[in-house]
Amino acid sequence: MRHVLAPVFALGLLSGAAFGAEPVRIGFLSTFSGPSGQLGQELLDGFNLALDQNGRAIGGRPVELIQGDDQAKPDVGRQVAEKMVEQDKAQILTGVNFSNVMLAVARPVLDAGAFIVSSNAGASQFAGAQCNPHFFAASFQNDTASEAMGLYLQNKGVKKIYLLAPNYPAGKDFLAGFKRAYKGQIVGEVYTTFGQLDYAAEIAQVRAANPDGVYFFYPGGMGVNFVKQYDQAGLKKTIPLYGPSFSLDQTVLPAIGDAAVGAYASAFWAETFDNPQSKKFVADFEAKYHRIPSPNAAVAFDTARLLDAAARSIGGRIEDKPAFQKALENVKFESLRGNFRFNTNHYPIQDFYLTEIVKDAQGRPVMAVREKIDSDHKDAYVGQCKMPPAN
Amino acid sequence: MADNPPHPVRWRDALPPAILIATLAATPLVATAIGDPFLVKVATRVVIFSIAAVALNFVLGFGGLVSLCHAGLFGVGGYVVGVLAWHDFNAEPVWIFHGTSNLAISLPLAAMTSGLAAAAVGAISLRTSGPYFLMITLAFNQMLYYGAIALQKYGGEDGLQIMSDVSLGPFDVSNRYRFFYLALVVLSATLLLTGRFVRSRFGVALRAAAQNETRAIAVGIDPWVYRLVAFVISGALVGVAGALLAAGQQFVSPVDMSWDRSGDLVVMAVLGGIGVVWGPALGAAVFIVLELVLSSWTSHWQLAFGLLVVLIVVTLRGGLADLGRALAGARRMEAARG
Amino acid sequence: MTPSLLIEQTLNGVQFGIMLFLMSAGLTLVFGIMNFINLAHGSLYMIGAFAGAATQAATGSFALAIVAAPIAAALAGLVLESALLRRFYGRDHLDQVLVTFGTILALNEATRILFGLTPLRMDLPSALAGHVEIIPGAPYPTFRLAILAVGLLVAASLYVIIMRTRLGMWVRAGASDRQIASAMGVNVPLVFAALFATGAALAGLAGVMAAPILSVQVGMGEPILILALVVTVIGGIGSIRGAFVAALLVGVVDTFARVLLTPALGGMAIFMTMAAILAFRPKGLFPAHG
Repeated sequence: MRHVLAPVFALGLLSGAAFGAEPVRIGFLSTFSGPSGQLGQELLDGFNLALDQNGRAIGGRPVELIQGDDQAKPDVGRQVAEKMVEQDKAQILTGVNFSNVMLAVARPVLDAGAFIVSSNAGASQFAGAQCNPHFFAASFQNDTASEAMGLYLQNKGVKKIYLLAPNYPAGKDFLAGFKRAYKGQIVGEVYTTFGQLDYAAEIAQVRAANPDGVYFFYPGGMGVNFVKQYDQAGLKKTIPLYGPSFSLDQTVLPAIGDAAVGAYASAFWAETFDNPQSKKFVADFEAKYHRIPSPNAAVAFDTARLLDAAARSIGGRIEDKPAFQKALENVKFESLRGNFRFNTNHYPIQDFYLTEIVKDAQGRPVMAVREKIDSDHKDAYVGQCKMPPAN
Repeated sequence: MADNPPHPVRWRDALPPAILIATLAATPLVATAIGDPFLVKVATRVVIFSIAAVALNFVLGFGGLVSLCHAGLFGVGGYVVGVLAWHDFNAEPVWIFHGTSNLAISLPLAAMTSGLAAAAVGAISLRTSGPYFLMITLAFNQMLYYGAIALQKYGGEDGLQIMSDVSLGPFDVSNRYRFFYLALVVLSATLLLTGRFVRSRFGVALRAAAQNETRAIAVGIDPWVYRLVAFVISGALVGVAGALLAAGQQFVSPVDMSWDRSGDLVVMAVLGGIGVVWGPALGAAVFIVLELVLSSWTSHWQLAFGLLVVLIVVTLRGGLADLGRALAGARRMEAARG
Repeated sequence: MTPSLLIEQTLNGVQFGIMLFLMSAGLTLVFGIMNFINLAHGSLYMIGAFAGAATQAATGSFALAIVAAPIAAALAGLVLESALLRRFYGRDHLDQVLVTFGTILALNEATRILFGLTPLRMDLPSALAGHVEIIPGAPYPTFRLAILAVGLLVAASLYVIIMRTRLGMWVRAGASDRQIASAMGVNVPLVFAALFATGAALAGLAGVMAAPILSVQVGMGEPILILALVVTVIGGIGSIRGAFVAALLVGVVDTFARVLLTPALGGMAIFMTMAAILAFRPKGLFPAHG
């Protein structure tokens, strides 16, 4: 086989277009089973939509998408990631949604010489001390959405805030990010068991503390449970709810319903964004999948577009790793988020907005943009990153 | 059964595990031949979970004790290796000792620590029996799990990356082929050891207590003591499996200790067949390969996996080992009877 | 903690306990009398919640949803029992665990294929959506009081049926000695099927009562199944009275541990409670098997 293809390769080096024959192999590792299975599907749908609109090509070469389920378990994720880079020869890995899975997966993938372009997980480790030439996060750094909300409440002069998050690293990252920007009084900081069902006790404590607002980070089912129960306790009107978009996006809003209306979320993208590419994306996504996309789907869409733009700028030759790295670092594409570029640690510099949950024309709860909180927001870890030279 | 004398190993009983080990031992050769080194990683995972499932089955199949805390003990072993390697990498002593990435030290320590944890859990849990035992061990599993999450210094829920290369004495075993054979040696030793135990006076007493407790007590066997010893041996072995997983993956996390992982180990054992020492190893192999293959086909793989589990329980009462024995031994049995 | 907050938290604990009791009642009946560990009990709870949410979405009626859920769960239970699970009554617990484990995986995935990935929701009618100020300064959600009422009603009815009727006598006889039930000439397969369906209906009822306050999603049955198993075992397998006491205990312990202890300890509290109780009472608080 090798011998037969050798002349083709030789030709390919002369003209980038001839690479069309050789597919770009992308491993899409995410959580598809169990209670978090919705997340993986959301990411995959966004990614696939971008690929479909691009003739299922990246940088002019056809795409071979290898899908894998990490079951939200780091060791399973590592096994599947190893399969992707070794057996399927994946050149790029994306899709990972849990930080702990990313921590287990990154080393074997990077050691095998593949790129990681995260469409979701934004662990602080890879933004700081462990930053890597071949690791990019097209999504966000975990703390940033919380920093934005902290900044907003600080600027607005809200005096007393109560904090709630699950007891796991992302929960701690989110509250740490909030406290980095918010200098008012924290009247309570509560970490609940991951996957907790009933929040009546915590809500009673909130009422007793009587803060001016509650900042909470509860993704997935936890968010659904918490917001519904908070509303039923009659607290939403007297003590407003603030969260990052992950607590109040379209992965949970349909399940929360009216109980979420009036809550506020900080977001780098919302389904009501007013730019042409974003409007088209939302319309296309709804037409294809019959639901409103979440920021997760939007970032996955952006990730595919970003990969395409970077690969295209070097004529599809992603095998030239230093060139592909440089192309990614300087990538120019029409992000759904409007303003987007990579910082020196390969994490995004992007804008953050305050959104309010309102009902759209069809009565469905959506995030409506109210104001811009911060332009060109950078994460707090970039200073710890000494990016090694390209290789 | 209770009055069965200890009996020597018959070659026919030793044949299936020998075939199993030989097949596994040949995997790296096949992997090299077809140019797919990933197979070695799969085989390593199969071997490690085989050790864990065989260890669990020592109390499950022969002691009649359904334990749901084996993932916790598995994780204890993993954390011993991970924490020692962390201290080695960060050059920070553990109390007065240096950390180490040498498995010649950390594997025995992992076995000891898991064994001690098993002794503590067992001493309390073995006061109960049946479904109550199942649930009290689940409770201890959750305590170990939350304990690992509380280890903020070692990554908490994020888990712990092993940054240094692991060795065994003077040998570097970070190479996947060497590591695979190391794990395979441990599996072989585990099969031999548990096989010996099951056939010994100790094993006979353990099984007698599982089958008819009243009669066992009547002939002077204190079931609690036998079960505790078995539980400690089983816990130490499963800790070794956890240590190997951590060393092989260079990563350990609390998710390795979640109760559904305990459930997975039980499923592997029952799937393979709990009546024979090697059954769970077969179950682990089938479980891991199926999970990998099915999940690469479809994101709805758990539907097929669930139905397959149901089908196997409905049709094969002795697990897959029955199928293997039926295929291998049918003709011989016919001949013997005829 | 002020006295009124103490009262409110106790009420929260009791209410959470009652919800666990709704879930555990069916589990302990099937477990105790038929000696069958049904891990798929959580799936029946999920089926109840989905049936309720789907019924409400289709008809707009909350009352209809409350009625439809237990019926759907009972029907699903009957199908499961007659097609698969009844073969496992005579087999050991391990096979039962394995077959119901496989059933959970298959049912979860089937539900995901049928209803999609986004969680569903169930809205409350305005009469139940508000709150009542039973403790001064601390309005309490009306629907949670409704859960309390339904739970107490179920507990009382089960108590009356088991302690005061002929049916209950069989059940008690069956729970303390399984041989007797068949020796008494009872049509055992029929009684078992009916019992299984009753257990399933109770799970479905628990599911639909939880649907307005929890996310209706695939896999929702497993976390609550674990808690229900804890309750069943602490109470003593097969004992409705035990399940009731244990559910209240777990609810109150969990609530106060969450509020007063560190998060890691709070998560462990009910498991520590269970381990402590079983260490001293190896067959639970109210052992039904003597």
